Amino acid sequence: MMEVPLFLRGILVITEKNMRLYYTKPPVLMFGILFPLFMFFAFFVGRHLDLTTFFPAFLAMILFFTASSVGPLITPWEKREKTYERLLSYPVTQDSIILGDIVAGALFGIGISLLVWIASIFFVPVTITTMGLFIIAFILGTLTSSALGVLLASPASNSPPNVMIFSNLIRFPLIFISGIFVPLQQMDGLALTLAYFSPLTYMVDLFNAAISGISVFSPFADCTVLILVAAGFTIAARIIQKRNLMKGM
Amino acid sequence: MDAIRADHLKKTFGQILAVDNVNLLINEGETFGFLGPNGAGKTTTIRLLTGVLTPDVGTVYINGINIHRHPLDAKIQMGVIPESSTVYGDLSAEQNLQLSGKMYGMPRALRHERIDEILSRLGLSEKRRNLVRTFSKGMKQRVSIACAIIHRPPVLFLDEPTSGLDVQSRRLVIETIRDMNEQGSTIFLTTHNIEEANTLCQTVCIINKGKIIAQDSPERLKKMFDTTQSVEVSFDRPVTRDLFVVEGILRAEPCGDKWRLYTDNPDRVLKYLVKRAERESIGITSLTTSGPSLEEAFVQLTECL
Repeated sequence: MMEVPLFLRGILVITEKNMRLYYTKPPVLMFGILFPLFMFFAFFVGRHLDLTTFFPAFLAMILFFTASSVGPLITPWEKREKTYERLLSYPVTQDSIILGDIVAGALFGIGISLLVWIASIFFVPVTITTMGLFIIAFILGTLTSSALGVLLASPASNSPPNVMIFSNLIRFPLIFISGIFVPLQQMDGLALTLAYFSPLTYMVDLFNAAISGISVFSPFADCTVLILVAAGFTIAARIIQKRNLMKGM
Repeated sequence: MDAIRADHLKKTFGQILAVDNVNLLINEGETFGFLGPNGAGKTTTIRLLTGVLTPDVGTVYINGINIHRHPLDAKIQMGVIPESSTVYGDLSAEQNLQLSGKMYGMPRALRHERIDEILSRLGLSEKRRNLVRTFSKGMKQRVSIACAIIHRPPVLFLDEPTSGLDVQSRRLVIETIRDMNEQGSTIFLTTHNIEEANTLCQTVCIINKGKIIAQDSPERLKKMFDTTQSVEVSFDRPVTRDLFVVEGILRAEPCGDKWRLYTDNPDRVLKYLVKRAERESIGITSLTTSGPSLEEAFVQLTECL
């Protein structure tokens, strides 16, 4: 059976198509790059905060925003342009489309965040404690965020602006409850409870463990949660998109 | 071998039964026309056959491969041209074809060779690097067709491929369909254009309200209604419909500067027209009779349900 190579090739071609078509779309640039930068300037500039302490959280935020900004755009855009039907008629499955979308988002997140990290080397005196953990944090963080982006695009809508608004409604509150601006150690009550439910909390914690060596949870626990959450988002996106397709195009 | 086989296909959307127990058997190398009024279930059927939608009940085989069990193996056997021009506007014609070729797993050298050949055949060579969003509807449709045939599929599905096209683009599309069929591809064509189905297809199937109501060769379908023939007549001055209210003329339709009269007795109608024209001093500028049309068969079949 030639199904497995076809399936993998489908993921690669869809990823390449997404990179070519969606990386430069205005909503991706706006919500994926400019917004997290503005958030950083709004919170850190002129407040004499220790950038070295906040850098892991800042990097996690950049990774979260960039990786989760591509996914919400792809499916609604393709449905609006009526290219989704052709895509489904190619030798690809809905699973390879979902995985291609996730990989495209993840690569965008890694690319932009790496640029930010490299650029920051010149301004912030940050040393990475555990390089292996740093790489794992990058990979798991970007996959989880990208899977969230694809899940947010799954409701049956062919309007990219509506999906982008919906996705920001979910993504923005997360940055305030995930230990980015207020460290997890300083949280209590409802804020701390909510933080436990945010995947971004575990991304931030994993980056803290990798860069400064200090974390609230064990890196193993962070990794396990991120893997489970990424898998959960992907399965949920699959179920929703399959259900949508049963109802029609 | 059967190129396309559908067994007992059924699909509902909520309370709406879109496709009801559709069975199809299409031979290799055949051009098969799938006709039906708007909302009859044509597009849903083509989506079920191409694996875009999953049926509630039933199975589809493409060249003997079960599309639901082995979707990728089955889909690589076919090219699909969906209803509207569905190509990426932000890519050039060449980039769209590259993407399509990659989707079908074509090696780079073969891809380049086929892209050059197809773009030239479809008259798009000069605009190969232009973004598709700057193209006319006809050109977009040509790119869409090129994307579907780049890998020379054994089975080609076309959903109303000439809808809304200008004459030149329409001719080019029809020529391409003929070429593909001559090269051995099985063609599954849905269309509103009865004449197109009549000239292109060896078998025509008519669907209405989700059910197949007739399937045969165009000639045999016409013969099912061979009692009805038509007479086309034009006069040297305008006449009113009243002129045709007479026994023997079943229906009169204005048709440009002519009138088309449907009758089961053309001899009687011809004699009547000549006599009446003479009596009222009207000149007959043209007079032709024609046999039963596929359009008439289509109208009668879809109206009688």
